[in-house]
Amino acid sequence: MKAVVAVNLGKQYRIGGPQAKYATFRDALTQTLVAPIKRARNLMRGQAYGAAGLEEEIWALKNINFEVEHGEVVGIIGHNGAGKSTLLKVLSRITEPTTGYVDIYGRVGSLLEVGTGFHQELTGRENIYLNGAILGMSRAEINRKFDEIVDFAGVEKFIDTPVKHYSSGMRLRLGFSVAAHLEPEILVVDEVLAVGDISFQKKCLGKMQDVAEEGRTVLFVSHNMAAIEQLCTRVILLESGMISQFSETKKVVEAYVMQATQSLFQKSRDFPIYNNDETIGISSIAASITRSGHGKFHTLTILVDADVRQHLDRLGIGVALTTLEGVVVSSIFPSMTNYVITEAYGEYECHFQCEDINRYLAGGRYYVNVWLSLPRIEFLLKVDRAIIVDIPPVDIYGGGIYFEVHHGIVPLPMKYTLSQKSATLPES
Amino acid sequence: MSDQVSYHIRLEPTRGWVALKLKELWEYRELLFFLVWRDIKVRYKQTILGASWAILQPFMTMIVFSLFFGRLAQIPSDGIPYPIFSYAALVPWTFFATGLGMSSNSLVNSSNLIKKIYFPRLVIPMGSVMSGAVDFVLAFTVLLLMMVYYSILPTINIVFLPLLLVLAFMTSLGVGLWLSAMNVQFRDIRYTVPFITQFWLFITPIAYPSSLIKNDMLRLIYGLNPMTGVVEGFRWALLGTDTAPGPIMLVSFVTALLLLVSGAFYFRRMERSFADVV
Repeated sequence: MKAVVAVNLGKQYRIGGPQAKYATFRDALTQTLVAPIKRARNLMRGQAYGAAGLEEEIWALKNINFEVEHGEVVGIIGHNGAGKSTLLKVLSRITEPTTGYVDIYGRVGSLLEVGTGFHQELTGRENIYLNGAILGMSRAEINRKFDEIVDFAGVEKFIDTPVKHYSSGMRLRLGFSVAAHLEPEILVVDEVLAVGDISFQKKCLGKMQDVAEEGRTVLFVSHNMAAIEQLCTRVILLESGMISQFSETKKVVEAYVMQATQSLFQKSRDFPIYNNDETIGISSIAASITRSGHGKFHTLTILVDADVRQHLDRLGIGVALTTLEGVVVSSIFPSMTNYVITEAYGEYECHFQCEDINRYLAGGRYYVNVWLSLPRIEFLLKVDRAIIVDIPPVDIYGGGIYFEVHHGIVPLPMKYTLSQKSATLPES
Repeated sequence: MSDQVSYHIRLEPTRGWVALKLKELWEYRELLFFLVWRDIKVRYKQTILGASWAILQPFMTMIVFSLFFGRLAQIPSDGIPYPIFSYAALVPWTFFATGLGMSSNSLVNSSNLIKKIYFPRLVIPMGSVMSGAVDFVLAFTVLLLMMVYYSILPTINIVFLPLLLVLAFMTSLGVGLWLSAMNVQFRDIRYTVPFITQFWLFITPIAYPSSLIKNDMLRLIYGLNPMTGVVEGFRWALLGTDTAPGPIMLVSFVTALLLLVSGAFYFRRMERSFADVV
């Protein structure tokens, strides 16, 4: 049985176009006088788009076709700006599509934000009722689930305190807790799991799992690939407003991670680059990420082509990986390895390979610096930021979090054990 | 979970004028209730005088009017002490003006809700006007006390008071719907509302009796302002003035109804762009 059927769905937004230039003072004056009248006319026709007079159009969604069965948990992934949130907004009736239609069979509950409509001055108790009503629960329903909600959020002690005195974590827990007790047939959830501390995220994920197991239909946006893999049966991959894939989870997530890396091997410099007297140069540089033969890790390969037009006794080729901020993560050069070319002349190809790179390095974006040198004597040619590589993040520690640069550059093989020494007070 | 689909909806682009969907509005009555309840709870939080503001506003205006219009300008008051003459008009007026101001800004102030969750947007301005009811009750109590002080007995016509209040509500919401929907697109409205309210105060017989206007034709045109009917009706029902609802009242009602219906349709027409623009 179908739950959601989208046919040829499109959504167009108007954004501010370039400002018209006033050629003369007279033009400027007439513009100033005429524009409000023009806008007022548009307003009466019901086609105004705000006082800014927005004229440029973009398609946030285009030709979206898909079907979701009842009881399916479908993930929606894609880069920022791919149209994920717009799709959710259309599905949850916040905004109308511009073209096409969606048939929805069943009541929809949407959760695009945690704690929508919370009022700072109201107490936790009052906000549960308010937020519940906003999310579409009846008063009787909230009454029935009230204790459960408070219990799940863990805010019993502060239930009659105004929410403005809550810590942000408490507010979040309360908001999620109300939403988690919604019981719609179709649940639409935006990236709400990305907030809160790890234990809260786990709790949310667990709740989502319960919802999925109860046989509800869930459409769920996330950047957290581990969560997607854990929860979803199928995944939609959005790319610039269009569905590029809609298939079983493993396949799409894999494609997404790879696409994320391939699209990013952009050269930030044009090659070839020669030194001043054009006696030596780097004719090209390329990098690739491939899945390592075993396990979840990837292999980084960097290819450097050098062109030597003058006899050199010795030549070294080196590369370094730096973060976007320029911190050198690692470098490798001939004096370290004794990979020195002797009696150099002609073209050379140099191959750098690091197996399982994301075992040692956080997922994220890095620059590659490359240079040619007379080992231990001088640089002949140095090209900083020659190419950008994107290392795919992996779930190093198996806890459902993909290790990325903002967690640290290096995922140390740290182990931890935990034991309780004494009872501690709850968070206040 | 049952296998029965309880509900089917097709989401597609709409154009032009659309239905009001009053049935759906009814389904969301609990949300309306909670929004009104929130507004009432929050309104006077963190103020020293609290709910007495609801009384102070019309009461202070009454004192000023009594001094300047009643004493200095010697404006007639249909044979009733001027203070209660003006206060009986200020009570429904304040309900109207507060409702108008609140509802005009209501959509913009609720932008975070509009962008994040679906519900019939009509409940937002409706709730804003309704939440003024508590203020009205407080100010009305003072009116009753004043009647005791001036030994004025209400007439039997007091039974029509709820109807008059409905008329004020319709007018306030009608204009509020127009302005709130426009305000989403053009924040100019925010600055226009105080001006409109002030202007409207003077074309309504609050500081003076409408009996000052003698020409019948002119009186009819005057009645186009529904608040005229409300204010004169309040005096008639409570103070027994000679301003029984006549043709003016009919004109007032028709105008208010037109405002409300047109406002609701205009609002629904603009609604589709709210989430994208607000």
